Amino acid sequence: MNSKWKIFSNGILKENPIFVLVLGMCPTLGVTTSAINGLGMGLATTFVLILSNIAISSLKNWIPDTVRIPAFIVLIATFVTVVDLLMKAYIPDLHAQLGLFIPLIVVNCIVLGRAEAFASKNSIGNSFFDGFGMGIGFTLALTILGLVRELLGSYSAFGHKIVATDGILVFVLAPGAFFALGLLLTIVNAVKKS
Amino acid sequence: MAKLASNFKNILLCLLIISATMAAVLGVVNHITKKPIEKAQADKDEAALKKVLNEYDRLEEIQFPLEGAAQTNIFKKEQKDTLLLYFAYKGNELIGCAVKTFSDKGFGGRIKLVVGFLPNGDIKKIEVLSHTETPGLGDKMEVGKSTFPEQFLGKNPANFKLTVSKDGGDVQAITAATISSRAYCDAVESAYKSFMKLKEEKGEKSNE
Repeated sequence: MNSKWKIFSNGILKENPIFVLVLGMCPTLGVTTSAINGLGMGLATTFVLILSNIAISSLKNWIPDTVRIPAFIVLIATFVTVVDLLMKAYIPDLHAQLGLFIPLIVVNCIVLGRAEAFASKNSIGNSFFDGFGMGIGFTLALTILGLVRELLGSYSAFGHKIVATDGILVFVLAPGAFFALGLLLTIVNAVKKS
Repeated sequence: MAKLASNFKNILLCLLIISATMAAVLGVVNHITKKPIEKAQADKDEAALKKVLNEYDRLEEIQFPLEGAAQTNIFKKEQKDTLLLYFAYKGNELIGCAVKTFSDKGFGGRIKLVVGFLPNGDIKKIEVLSHTETPGLGDKMEVGKSTFPEQFLGKNPANFKLTVSKDGGDVQAITAATISSRAYCDAVESAYKSFMKLKEEKGEKSNE
C-alpha cells in the first residue's frame, strides 16, 4: 500500500504535471480564466487519465512498440468522445459549463505522456494510482492558477465577486496566464529549494 | 507475456483491431446517447423559451430566412441561416414572441440567443443559448455573469439604438469585449426586425 501511496502522491507534489513537469500547457494557459474552469477541466482530465492509464497498461503487451503512439491516441480519443457524449446526454448542465474543454483533452500531452512514461511499463493497479495522482495534481494546479487569475483579473473567487469593479484585465487575457504561471512556478521552485 | 514483436503482421493486426473496436464502442455510445442528447437539447430550448416569454397556452412556430440565405432543405427544422420565431398566444391574444436568433460576428464564431419580445416590440428578456466567446471576457453576455444583458430589458429597439456606444448606439459594451457585444446587438437587431416584419404581415392577414 505504501508504494501505491508513493505513486499517488508523486503526481501531486514531486512530479506535479504543471509545476514540475510543465506538461499540458495548452489547456493550462487557455482555460484557467477562473477557478471553476480550472477545476472542471482538471476533473474531466483526471477521469480520462485514469481510464486511459488502465486501458493502456492492460493492453501494453499486445501493442507492438513501433505503433504504440497511434494506438494510444486512438484509445484516448475514444475515451474523450465517450465522456463528451455521456456528459451531453445525462448531465447537460455540467456539459454546458465544460463542453468547450472536453475535446481539448485529446491533445493534452499529460494523458499521452503518462501513457508513454508510466502505463506502458507498469501494472494496472499502479497505473490507476499514477493516473489518479497526476489528475489530482493537475486539477489542484489548474484550480490554483485559475483562482490567482480570477482574483487579480476580475476581483472574484469561484464566481463570487469580492470587489465590485473590473479587475486587472490583463490577467484574464492570454499574457496574464503566462505572468501568473511564471509567478507560481517561481514560488514552487523557491519553496522546493529551501 | 512478452511484448509482441514489431513485425508487419502484428502492427497491421493491432491497429486494425484497436481501430475497429474503438469505432464499435463509439458507434454504440453514440446510438445510446443520441436520444437523450436530443431530449436534453429540446428541454433546454423549451426552458429558454419559457424564461423569455410570459405564460402562454400555445406557440406558433414560423421560420424567417435571413436575406441572402441559401434556401436549402426546407424540411430540416433548424436551418443554418434561418431565424425561428415563436409567436406565443394566451387564448387568442398575442402575448409575445420569442425569436431564436444568431450572429456570426462573434469573436469566437456564431453566438445564438433567444430574445423575448412583448407584442409592442419591447424586449422582455434575452437568454444566451450558445457561444464560443473568450471565458472571462465575452462570456459576460450570459445572464448573471455581468450587468450587460440587463440594459436591454424593457427597451424598445424602435427608440433604443442597438449598437455599442463606440459606434454611436445606446448599448454599453462589455469591457474589453466590444466584438462580442457588437455580435450580441447584431443578433438582437435581426430578431427585432424579423419580429416586426412578421407581425406586420400577420396584422395585414387578419385585417383582410
